Formats: sequence, structure tokens, C-alpha cells
Amino acid sequence: MTQLPETTTCKLGLVIDLDTCVGCHACVISCKGWNTENYGAPLSDQDPYGAAPSGTFLNRVHSYEVQPETGPAQLIHFPKSCLHCEDAPCVTVCPTGASYKRTEDGIVLVNETDCIGCGLCAWACPYGARELDAAEGVMKKCTLCVDRIYNENLPEEDREPACVRTCPAGARHFGDLGDPESAVSQLVADRGGMDLMPEQGTKPVNKYLPPRPKDGWQGEVDVLAPWLAPVAEEPRGFLGWLDRTLEKL
Amino acid sequence: MAEPQLDLSPKVSDEVRQTTCYMCACRCGINVHLKDGKVAYIEGNRAHPVNKGVLCAKGSAGILQHNAPSRLRAPLKRTGPRGSGQFEEISWDEAYDIAVSWLKPLRETAPEKLAFFTGRDQSQSFTSFWAQNFGTPNYAAHGGFCSVNMATAGIYTMGGAFWEFGAPDWEHTKLFMIFGVAEDHDSNPIKMGLGQLKARGAKVIGVNPIRTGYNAVADEWIGITPGTDGLFILSLVHELLRAGRIDVEYLARYTNAPVLLDCDPQSPSYGLFLRDEDDKPQVIDRRTGKTAAFDAPGVKPDLTGHIRRAGISHVSVMTQMAERYLHPDYAPEAVAERCGLTPERIRALAAEIARTAFEEPVVLNRPWTDFRGERHDTMVGRPVAFHAMRGISAHSNGFQTARALHVLQILLGAVETPGGFRFKPPYPKPATAHPKPHCRVTPGKPLDGPHLGFTHGPDDLCLKDDGSPARIDKAFTWENPMSAHGMMHMVISNAHAGDPYRIDTLFLYMANMAWNSSMNTRGVMEMLSDTDENGDYVIPHIIYSDAYSSEMVAYADLILPDTTYLERHDCISLLDRPICEPDAAADAIRWPVVEPDRDVRGFQSALCDLGARLGLPGFVTEDGAQKYADYADYIVNHIRKPGIGPLAGWRMGDKGLQSGRGDVNAAQLDEYIRNGGFFVEHVPEEAAYFKPWNSAYQDWAVQMGFYDAPQPYLFQLYVEPLRRFQLAAEGHGDRQPPEHLRERIKTTLDPLPIWYPPFEDGHVDPVEYPVHALTQRPMAMYHSWGTQNAWLRQLHGVNPLYVPTALMRAHGLKDGDWARVSSAHGSITVPVIEMAALNPHTVWTWNAIGKRKGAWALSPDAPEATKGFLLNHLIHELLPPKGDGLRWANSDPVTGQAAWFDLRVKIEKSAAPDESQPAFPPLASPVGSGPAHLRWQVRTTS
Amino acid sequence: MHPAPSIIAFTTLSGLGLGLLFWLGVDPTPPTGWVGLAFFLIAFGLAGGGLMASTFHLGRPERALKAFTQWQSSWLSREASAAVATLAVMGLYAAGLVFFGRVWQPLGWLGAGLSLVTVYTTSMIYAQLKTVPRWHHWSTSALFLALALAGGALLSGRVTVAMVLILIAGGLQTWWWQAGDRRLRASGTTLATATGLTAGKVRAFEPPHTGPNYLTREMVFTVARKHAQKLRLVALALMMVLPLVLLIAPFHHLLALLAVLSHIAGVATARWLFFAEAEHVVGLYYGAHNP
Ligand SMILES: Nc1nc2c(c(=O)[nH]1)N[C@H]1C(S)=C(S)[C@@H](COP(=O)(O)OP(=O)(O)OC[C@H]3O[C@@H](n4cnc5c(=O)[nH]c(N)nc54)[C@H](O)[C@@H]3O)O[C@H]1N2
Ligand SMILES: Nc1nc2c(c(=O)[nH]1)N[C@H]1C(S)=C(S)[C@@H](COP(=O)(O)OP(=O)(O)OC[C@H]3O[C@@H](n4cnc5c(=O)[nH]c(N)nc54)[C@H](O)[C@@H]3O)O[C@H]1N2
Ligand code: SF4
Ligand code: SF4
Ligand code: SF4
Ligand code: SF4
Ligand code: SF4
Ligand SMILES: [Mo]
Repeated sequence: MTQLPETTTCKLGLVIDLDTCVGCHACVISCKGWNTENYGAPLSDQDPYGAAPSGTFLNRVHSYEVQPETGPAQLIHFPKSCLHCEDAPCVTVCPTGASYKRTEDGIVLVNETDCIGCGLCAWACPYGARELDAAEGVMKKCTLCVDRIYNENLPEEDREPACVRTCPAGARHFGDLGDPESAVSQLVADRGGMDLMPEQGTKPVNKYLPPRPKDGWQGEVDVLAPWLAPVAEEPRGFLGWLDRTLEKL
Repeated sequence: MAEPQLDLSPKVSDEVRQTTCYMCACRCGINVHLKDGKVAYIEGNRAHPVNKGVLCAKGSAGILQHNAPSRLRAPLKRTGPRGSGQFEEISWDEAYDIAVSWLKPLRETAPEKLAFFTGRDQSQSFTSFWAQNFGTPNYAAHGGFCSVNMATAGIYTMGGAFWEFGAPDWEHTKLFMIFGVAEDHDSNPIKMGLGQLKARGAKVIGVNPIRTGYNAVADEWIGITPGTDGLFILSLVHELLRAGRIDVEYLARYTNAPVLLDCDPQSPSYGLFLRDEDDKPQVIDRRTGKTAAFDAPGVKPDLTGHIRRAGISHVSVMTQMAERYLHPDYAPEAVAERCGLTPERIRALAAEIARTAFEEPVVLNRPWTDFRGERHDTMVGRPVAFHAMRGISAHSNGFQTARALHVLQILLGAVETPGGFRFKPPYPKPATAHPKPHCRVTPGKPLDGPHLGFTHGPDDLCLKDDGSPARIDKAFTWENPMSAHGMMHMVISNAHAGDPYRIDTLFLYMANMAWNSSMNTRGVMEMLSDTDENGDYVIPHIIYSDAYSSEMVAYADLILPDTTYLERHDCISLLDRPICEPDAAADAIRWPVVEPDRDVRGFQSALCDLGARLGLPGFVTEDGAQKYADYADYIVNHIRKPGIGPLAGWRMGDKGLQSGRGDVNAAQLDEYIRNGGFFVEHVPEEAAYFKPWNSAYQDWAVQMGFYDAPQPYLFQLYVEPLRRFQLAAEGHGDRQPPEHLRERIKTTLDPLPIWYPPFEDGHVDPVEYPVHALTQRPMAMYHSWGTQNAWLRQLHGVNPLYVPTALMRAHGLKDGDWARVSSAHGSITVPVIEMAALNPHTVWTWNAIGKRKGAWALSPDAPEATKGFLLNHLIHELLPPKGDGLRWANSDPVTGQAAWFDLRVKIEKSAAPDESQPAFPPLASPVGSGPAHLRWQVRTTS
Repeated sequence: MHPAPSIIAFTTLSGLGLGLLFWLGVDPTPPTGWVGLAFFLIAFGLAGGGLMASTFHLGRPERALKAFTQWQSSWLSREASAAVATLAVMGLYAAGLVFFGRVWQPLGWLGAGLSLVTVYTTSMIYAQLKTVPRWHHWSTSALFLALALAGGALLSGRVTVAMVLILIAGGLQTWWWQAGDRRLRASGTTLATATGLTAGKVRAFEPPHTGPNYLTREMVFTVARKHAQKLRLVALALMMVLPLVLLIAPFHHLLALLAVLSHIAGVATARWLFFAEAEHVVGLYYGAHNP
């Protein structure tokens, strides 16, 4: 299985809007909750009530500061899970075939019963999208909620990843990025969606929408001046203006 | 090799039960998935009016909250000294007996010796009912240390506030400004709203010294200097007035801008409204040039009206406002530096607000009729919305700052109009429609009325005949005449000092007063365990209800263990703090979706038991038997006033079930459960905006039971009750403030918004303590509770102090270094991290991450206890002495709101200590500690 | 990368063992009988022990056999297969020498070739990883091969060859370190490409969790530059300088043994550095490896 499919029928993935993500970690925990109860082994936690709690998570939210040449520093919240790469190096390095990319939708999965927990796929992934579960000894990664998106036990509207369903800000979108007409593809086109580490040649399916330009006001006063053209400088004149305005109503 | 066969449709659960989240006060609807009768997965309820399916991190982690090893297991009786954490488990009967043995004598002789304070209670209409029946005046919830400035300023000004009382018109607004908000009680709705704005490409401006969260996604960031928002806002007002960018018609029709004021300094009613025989404020009617009641049919109020009557000149509120705010003191040039901004920046913002409000109005084709009987074809709105929270309210000038913001909104015509800010039913509701505070104690009898409310002048203060405070927290006294939510943060120190009097039993519910919810935490711990010369505790008895092994548990004598939120009935009532949205009235319940596996009881049910054992009226039947078997019984069967009970949905009417008013319906809770745990009734379309003046809304509100007759009112740009207190301070009337407070009342209780520097600035040397220190709530943590949650504590297990780049450089600090941070009150030694997106004179940390060793079933070396810290050690409930022989409260002078964010500090590099300082000895854990591994999975056996 | 002892042991020992097997395989007059047995036991011990050690870091060692299945695409799978093939072929060859006193030379050559192939596949497990620019270079394989050959020569008692090869390997190692220091930058992967954030200079502010996780433990290991430089010198001294000195000195078994031990210690140190200094690009997300 370690070979990648030549093509996939569709390219399911996420689009993450860095302009909208408020960094609330809701997606992190709903992912943990769903995947602890579903696909494969539960996501374990070591020393959960002790000095160094550390558990398996399939989705984590970083934050970065960006200091532009002029203007104040910005802060960007940055969720990251598996990007379901088209040229997924994590798949080809796998010695057991446990890692594979599904032909029908491009989802990259680990077949946990085949995984020997060698960790090589995690080394091969540039994005830190794979974590070896310390209790189960197998590799865990985002499944794109493969057990939700087709799940006939769920109402139609809930057949989307847990993280997408829960995101309060609506910063996560799910769909077929192979179909240029899909809502996600349109969003990517409109907002200049980008790849992470394109130079790694992994061809990620997931796209990131860049933050919109911020702090556009750079001290130009004139453009805005007309909106503040004074009607009066002191109370008397102002009351006169008020009278005239009321008269007109 | 073929791809493995996957089960793409695994069974998700055996059953879904829908209830209400309780990991914060936002109260989202949740679907609790059960497998084998155990909680397996929690997701948002799509049909719920609050969260519409989404869920935050805390909500999703509820499963580990519900199963936390820190859960209390049975009633506890203290066996070691207070603060040791040593307890023995006892039966409920024994617990009740102990409580009754303390409380019964108090009720019969001196009910005020019970102080019952209830933290972040979501059942205040019930707990206050209990306290009222007990007869003590000493009841309040946590509002005084939380956001009472916001609530009070909003209600006095416009009959509702930000926070739970209203929301931006997310659908229509084009410019959204958010002041001092990190999480808010409306956490998911704000995130959803921001997402909606972003999707529409509307503009978001964040005003906050710190750029995280909502401020990080803001298109523009105003990194204001803490405590100066009022000045900044009034400068915007100055610019908008100068440019005539105000909604003149709106001001004339819906606000008290045209109301006439006595402006004769000699007159005893100087600064009060001119009123007619019916006590109605007077305006000049432009049609006649004569005075008329503000609400007379057809009246066209004149904004610039003035009149001389009985030798006294009267001018309109608007005239006074023009005089005040057009003054150069409020010009951008005069304020910018103090706010950490530039005049150009302030001007540009004013211009942008003006442009959006007046060049891009929202017009909805929805005819409506106003209270003067005038028909309007359209609803015109100003698509500028504001939201604010503790960043402006948790300062000692917070009341006036919040007022200033409301005045700005109203000047723009952006309240209750499309695109602006909208109220959530049962708001709007003017201050005059709320009760006044009551404090008359009669041993053996209930109090003479509700404890909390809105004062309208000196007569409403809670003073004893000798002028001393009637309440242990000194709420509603001259120190803070409008402390509408009480002052929980003063209870322990006042009780300890016996000032204004001694109490016998301190009864607390759901407030971690021995830790993160107190200022001066170490001092509070000492006060709670202090003994008198006989070796008796200065506060003789402490009863506490918690669900978990918190720091506070260790300081109580008797613990009434609560259930978790999935194991009990709760009622999120319209009588209280409901879950309404601007377009809907809604309330909700919690119900036991799983049964407790421990000997615990819902606290409200315990109060039903205790009330009956104490024989409290309201809790016993006529023949003295227990009236409500438990809280569920109360929720269904209690009647507040005819037709009105705790829940508004599915009440019994003549022709079947009905909403709002109606009789008791024994099957009411089943209806709620069937409907997903909530009830919602939509506001009719034509009633959706202009609610205070919209006849359709007023009628609907009466029908729903919010009030008994339509009560349209004017927005109070000028708040007359403030003026009444000022008048007293100026020497008028027979209830007079003490001398030392006169000047302060005169300046700070101004009926038009003003700005004055935060009090700490005047008590602490700003040169020695040049840095502002703040806290923020992490989105994924709820105060101290989050830490017991194994998933959440991985996100925020420590809280560094974030220090702006320049300060890092100045003090030679690198990420991971330690610094000693000192205030006039104390010092802490903590790890630091650099942050650039931060006001250059501000440091901050996450709130309530630091923990006491031994609490929360964590191991004593948990990072929360060794590296985490509380900023609270630096904040005192009193300001440092100033040499005037007095200790001034670190509170807002109007409402008594705790001024958490006035704090000033200095920092210096420190050698790395073993653990953050101050460190405290560990508490014994009454519940042991949590397991070493976690693999949380509930597999169905079938 | 986290320098896991099991992997350091594995690559160091198996490299040496395979190197020894190579020399045994190409030796026109290979040792036979007891002497042969001793040599092969050492070689198999090292190579096999190394392979065994590698299973210690598996999460599911009991499933290790599954690792043989993906030889078509996976270097790790190829390595496993090559190693087994090598051991099998050389086992046969050894049996001939030890038990039958027969030199099945073609088998020896095949085994020698397979030994090198195995070392190469091992090296490719690392060199294939674009995510670790320091490793992602042909010279990584060259280095592994050189060290295996040098070590093997040393173990097999080929003093002159060993001296030459040790010099070559040491030189290669030195260059590999220096060139490696520039490779992350040369790879073009930065925090900016990792995040796609272009509005200004990007700085990692807060990690996703305050505690450690698998990634930070496994891949965000960093070692202080000063410390690393020192260790490089130590490694070089042990792997090259000291053995050379000992070999130049008049021959004595004890000195030879010391040279071997010193060399092994040096290679192990270099291997520790191989991992410890390797900057995985995922570290960028966590604020590591910023210039
Ligand atoms: N430095 C600083 N300090 C602050 C603030 C700040 O901004 N900065 N904010 C202040 C504000 S606004 C507030 S509201 C306070 C909040 O402070 P607290 O109200 O003390 O907040 P919590 O930590 O949530 O503590 C509430 C207690 O309720 C218990 N509890 C949880 N669930 C249940 C339950 O179901 N039943 C019962 N009976 N108990 C339960 C918890 O175990 C905990 O002991 O903190 C204040 N303190
Ligand atoms: N996740 C989560 N949600 C919560 C809570 C929680 O603990 N966790 N607690 C709940 C409670 S009890 C409350 S009261 C609410 C509080 O909700 P918020 O008011 O949003 O809470 P804070 O975290 O106190 O945020 C105060 C904000 O004001 C900013 N600030 C401080 N001083 C100033 C100032 O002078 N000017 C301006 N413009 N900004 C300033 C701070 O930087 C901070 O961002 O949240 C509720 N929701
Ligand atoms: S993100 Fe990483 S784990 Fe996911 S497909 Fe790409 S390389 Fe593999
Ligand atoms: S850890 Fe498992 S999935 Fe990853 S490469 Fe090894 S065997 Fe394959
Ligand atoms: S798609 Fe599913 S598995 Fe992947 S991050 Fe989202 S919730 Fe987790
Ligand atoms: S849930 Fe949405 S807003 Fe929250 S961190 Fe995840 S992507 Fe960002
Ligand atoms: S915001 Fe989060 S914690 Fe608060 S009620 Fe909603 S889901 Fe629960
Ligand atoms: Mo609060």
C-alpha cells in the first residue's frame, strides 16, 4: 500500500482560514473527543494529572507573531493537522504498508493493525501531522474523520469532520479540492489559498487562506477628512446647526 | 495490496440526550452521546439558539470534566485545621443537621449573621429567593467582582448592556469595534459573529492593550493604554459632535437628549429633570414651542430646547452635552498621548465611524409603529456595532467608561437599529423597571424584598438608621451607591474585620474565594483561617458547596458536594440570566442525562431540603412539610407571580399549552427534554428592532410576561439618579454622605460620562510602578475549573508573564527567564515570555492557571502549582494608604466593581527560583489524585 | 532529532558488523575454522545486534515482520530485506568457511555486495528525508559506507587499509558536518514557508500546548552549538585520531583493541550528533532552528 495512487477520484481536504481563526482550540478538543471514541485506538494521555501531562492530538493550534516593516505586530492563530498530501512522503516511507492514501478520496490513513510504530512516517512528514500514541504504540493522524463524512448513522448535515462542525468562528471548511467548482475550491481561488512548505514537494490538499492585510491605516488623514468636516467648533454654533438640521427633518 | 476495508458508518452511540453546557456561562446546547449509559462524546446542538451546533474547547472537553478525579464524593466535615484540607466524609443527614444547628438560631435572632454568597451562580432567582426567605440582607452573587460596571452602566443608560443583555446585529453591521474583550460570557456567539463578519468582509477593529484572540483577527488593532478607553471614546464623541455626525432624529425621538434640566446652581433640584405633575420628564415640543411630556402622542422633541420656569432656567441635555464634549479637553490632541495613540489615529477612527454610520445606512423595509403612535415605513439603522466587556469595566473608572461607550452608540443611533447593537429579551428594561435593593431584617421573617436592585437616589441606599451599612459587603452605601450586584469581593475582609459587623456563618456556593476569585489571595486565606484571642475562628462557620476539590474546599467546615452539570436539574430562567438572542426569547434546562455515582446532590435540591428543615416560608407547605422535593419540583411548580414561573415554555393555558405566561404544567420538563433542553419563542419581525419604542415589541413583551404593561422609555444619555447622589454630596437632602466621600461623589457620579484616571494611579507612584498588569481568560479554560480537565490542562498548564519587546530588552530578559514583579501590595516571581503584539507599557498573563498544590486532584508537582501563578497576589481589595488616614477600596466608586485591571507593577530580572513565588504549603486532597494514564474510551458492549 | 540510544546503537553496530562482513566476503583468503567462527560471530553479533536494537524503538515490536513487505517503495523495508538477505548469504558463506573449510567465493562477493547495499539502505532511511535537510544528501550514504568500510577494515585487522579508510571517513565526516550546517538554510524551508505568512518577520509565539508532545520530544530536539562543536572534536578524536595513533604505534593486540573501541566510541558519538544536530523542519513550527 505504500505506493501512492496515481490519481484519486476526489481530493477531500480542509481549508483553514487564518484570517478568521481566533485560536480557541475548539477544533483540537472536538478532534480529540471524536477520535478517542472512534477510528482505531483511543488517543491516550500520559501523566494526565501530573507534572508533565502529554497526550496524542491529531490537530494542534500554534500561534505566530508577524512583525511587518511598519505598523504593529500581528498575531496569527495557526491550526494544523494532516494536509492529506498528494505526494505524501509519510506513505512511501512506511515499511509495512500501514500508511496509505485512499484512492477514492485521497485521505491519508494509518491502518493501525499493520503499524509497527517505527515512527518513520512522522519523520517524513514536514508538518508534524503524525503522532505515535504512547499507550498503543501505533501512529495516529488526522483521518479527515473518514468515519463521519460517509457515516450513515449521522444526519446528512453532520457528515463533516468533527473539527469543522465545531469551529465556532467558521474558520474551517471541508470539501473536494479536486473539483474546481466546489465551495472550498472557490474559496481558495477567491482568497488566494496557499500551500504550506511548497518547496517540500508534498502537494498538500489542505489549503490555508492567508490573513487579510491588517492595520491598513498608515497615517493618511486627508482621505478621511471629508467625513469629519466640522459643522461647528463650539457649543453655540453646534446648537445652531442642530436647530437647522431638525428643521429639515 | 488492497486498501483495508473500513467501517465507514460506525454506530456513533446508543442514545443522544440533549442538555445545556456548563463549562462556562455561555450555556450552549449540547448533544450528549451515551454508550452503555456512559457519556461517550459531546457535540453542539444545531437547533440551539445560542450555539447553533458549534462548541468550544471547554464544551467538547466536558466529558473529562464530568469524570474528573477531583469530583467530591460525599458531604465533608472538616477534621484538621482550616486550610489543611483534612476532612471526613459524612452522610447528608448529618450535613443538614450541622447546617441547621448553625443556621436555625441565626434565623431566629439575627438573620444578618448569615452571609450567603453564590459565585457564578446560574440560579440566582432561586438562591436569592432562598436568602430572602431566610431573612438575611447578605446575599449576592459574583457580579460585583465581575462586570457590574458593564451591567449597571448599560441598564441605567439604555435598559440593557453588552454581555448577556444584548448583541451586535451580526447580520447587518459593517464596522464592528470590540473593546476589552478576551472571552466574554457570550463566547461562542461572539466567535460565530466574528466569523460571519469575516465571511462578509465587514471590518473589525479591536481596542485592547493585548492582541490575541478576537483582537488578533481584527483588521485593525488599537493597542490602547489600560484605563484610558473613556478618554478615547469621549474624544470620538468630540469629533463626531464637531462634525455633526450624530443621528439627530434618533436623539430627538428616543433619548433624553431633549429633556430639560434645571440649570440653576442654587436650586435644590439643580441638574434634575423638569417634570410635570405625572412626574414625566419634559421636553420642548417643536410644533408648539411649549413643554410637553416626552411621550405625549405626536410630540416632536426639540434637542436645543430651553425654558425659564419659576425663575429657573432649564436647558436640554443635548445643550449640556455640547458644552461638555465640544470642549478642547476632549480634542484628540488633548487625549491621544495619554491613551497611547496619536490624534490622527483617533480622528481617522472617528471619520471611519462617521462614514459607515451615515453614508452606508442599513434600511430594512419593515414598517413599524412607535410608542407615540407614529408609523414608520422602514427601519433605518447605523451599521456600526460595538461590544465591550471587562477590559473597560474592571477599572475604577469602568462605570463611566461603559457609560461613555453607550452614549457614543446612542449618538450614532446605533442601538436597537439595524446594523447596530440589539437587546436580547427580556431586555430592554429600564432601570426603573427593576426592583430596588432591600435590607430590612426581621428575625424569624423573610427580608422585606429582593436584595439587589437599582438605586435611584440616596433614599434607596441600604443603610441602617444610624447611617451604617446594612449589608456585610457595604453594597448600596455612599462608597458605591449603585452596587447593583453586591460586592462579593468585600465579604471576607469585612467579615474578618467585623466591619460593619460580625457574622456567624459564611455560606458560599461555587466561588473559589480562597484562590482565584479573590484579590490579595494570601490575605484572604489568612482571614478565613484566622482565630481570635480564644482560639475560635474569627468567621465562626463556613459552609461551602463545590462539585470539585478546589482550593476553597480546604477552608470550609462543611462541604455540600454538588453534582456535575450532566447529573442535575438546572434552570436557565427568564427571571434570571436567560439564553435569549436578539430575535428570540429563550430559556433552558439541564437535566440528569446520567445519574451520579457518588453521594452528591444538586446544590439547589440541597437548598430545598435545607429550606424545609429551617422552615423557611416558600420552602414548606402550610402544614410545615417540605414543599419542593428537589429543584426539578421547584422549577416546575414554583410561581413567582401569577402566571409566571421559572420556565416560560409549555405553560398551561386555557386552551392548552402556551408560552410566557400560564399555569403550572406538570409535564413541562418532559417538553423541554423533548425539545432539546430549551424553549425558544421568536420575536415577531416588526418587533425585532427599536424594541424600547416599538409598540409591537412592547405588546409582545407583555404577552410573554416580561412586564405587565407596555413601558416605553427614553435612553438616558443623562442619568438622573447619579445626579441625585451628587446633589446629596453638594449638601442637599437629609441623607448625607460622610465628609470624606463628598468630593469623590461630586466628581465621579457625574450624570454625563466623564473620564478620570484609574484610582490606583493616584495611590501608587507611576514612576516607581510604570507598567500595567492585566489578565486574560484563555478561550479553552474556565477560571480554575479547566485545570482538572486532563485535555484542557495540556493546552494551558502554565501561564508565563507576557512582556513587551522593549521591556524585555530593557531588563535583559529572554524567553524562559524569570522576573520579579512587584506592586505596591506584594510581589511574585514568575517566568516571562516576549510578546510584540502588546501595548509597550503592559504585561499580562492568563487568568487562574496557577493552582495551589494539592488541589484539583493534581499531583503536587503539577506545573500549574510550580510554574503557574496568580496575578491576584499583587492586587489588594484596598488601595495602598495615601496619607489621608483612609483605606480606599480598589473598586469603582459608583458600582463597587472590583478594579482588577488598574494594577500597576514594576518588573526586574530574577534568578530562576525552584518554583514560582509565592509558594504555599500543599493542601491535603480529600479525593486523592488522578490516575497515571488515561485512555478515555467508552466502547459499546453490544 | 531525538538521539534515541536504540537507533544510535543500531546504526553504529550494524554498520560496523556489515563493514566487517564486507571485508570477510571479499577476502580472498578468509579465516576459517575457529578463527572464522570468531570473526563471523563478531560480525553477526554486531549486525544482528544492531538490527535487534532497532526493534526496541518500535511501538509494536511484535509486528516487526510486517516491515518486510514494502521493499518496492520503502527504504526501511528494503533495509530489513537487505539485512536479512545479507545475513542469510553470509551465514551460508560462513558455514562453508567454519564448518566445511570451503571458500564459496561468489557467495562471499554476493554477501559483501549485500552488506554494502544494506548499509546503503540504512543510510537512505535518513538521506531520503527531505524533512531533515542535513541528512538529505548523497554524502550521508557516502559517510555511512565509508564508516562501515573503515570500521570493518579495522575489525578485520587490515591495518593499512583501515588507516586509509579511517582517514577518508574522518575527512568525509568533517566535511559532512560543515556542509550539513548550511543545508537547512539551503533547503529554502523557513518558518515563513512553513506558515505561508508573508506580511512581515514571523516568530513562533506560543506552542500549541504548554507541555511536551511526541513531536517536540522526537523531532524538536536541539543541542547547543558550542556543545555540538566540542562533541564533534571528541568524536573525531575518538573515531580517527586516536585509532590512527594507536595503529601507527608498534602493533600490540591490546592497542589494536583499544583502537577498535576508540573508533566505535567515536562513531557512536558522531551518530549521537547525527541525530541530535539534525534539524527537522517541523521544529520551525515550534520556534526551533531559527537563524
Ligand atoms: N486576576 C484576576 N482575577 C480574577 C479575574 C480576573 O480577570 N483577573 N476575574 C474575576 C471574575 S470576573 C470572576 S467571575 C472570578 C471567577 O472566580 P470563581 O467564581 O472563583 O471561578 P471558578 O474558578 O470558576 O470557581 C468556581 C468554583 O466553582 C466550582 N464549581 C464548578 N462547577 C461547579 C458545580 O457544578 N457546582 C458547584 N457547586 N461548584 C462548581 C469550582 O470547582 C470552583 O471551585 O474571578 C475573578 N478573579
Ligand atoms: N473561556 C472562558 N470564557 C469565559 C471565562 C473563562 O474563565 N474562560 N470567564 C467568564 C467570566 S466570569 C467573565 S466575567 C467573562 C469575561 O470576559 P472578558 O471581559 O472578555 O474577560 P477578560 O479575560 O477579563 O478580558 C478582559 C480583556 O480586556 C482587556 N483589557 C484590560 N484592560 C483594558 C483596558 O483598559 N482597555 C481595553 N480596551 N482593554 C483592556 C484585556 O487585555 C482582556 O483582553 O468571560 C466569561 N467567559
Ligand atoms: S501532512 Fe504529513 S502526514 Fe499528512 S499526508 Fe502530508 S506528509 Fe503525510
Ligand atoms: S509508524 Fe506505522 S505507519 Fe508509520 S511508517 Fe512505521 S509502520 Fe508505517
Ligand atoms: S478532520 Fe477529524 S481527524 Fe482530522 S483534524 Fe479534523 S477532527 Fe481531527
Ligand atoms: S475551532 Fe476554529 S477558530 Fe477555533 S482554533 Fe480551531 S480553527 Fe481556529
Ligand atoms: S461557550 Fe463553551 S463552555 Fe461555554 S457553554 Fe458554550 S460550549 Fe460550553
Ligand atoms: Mo466574571
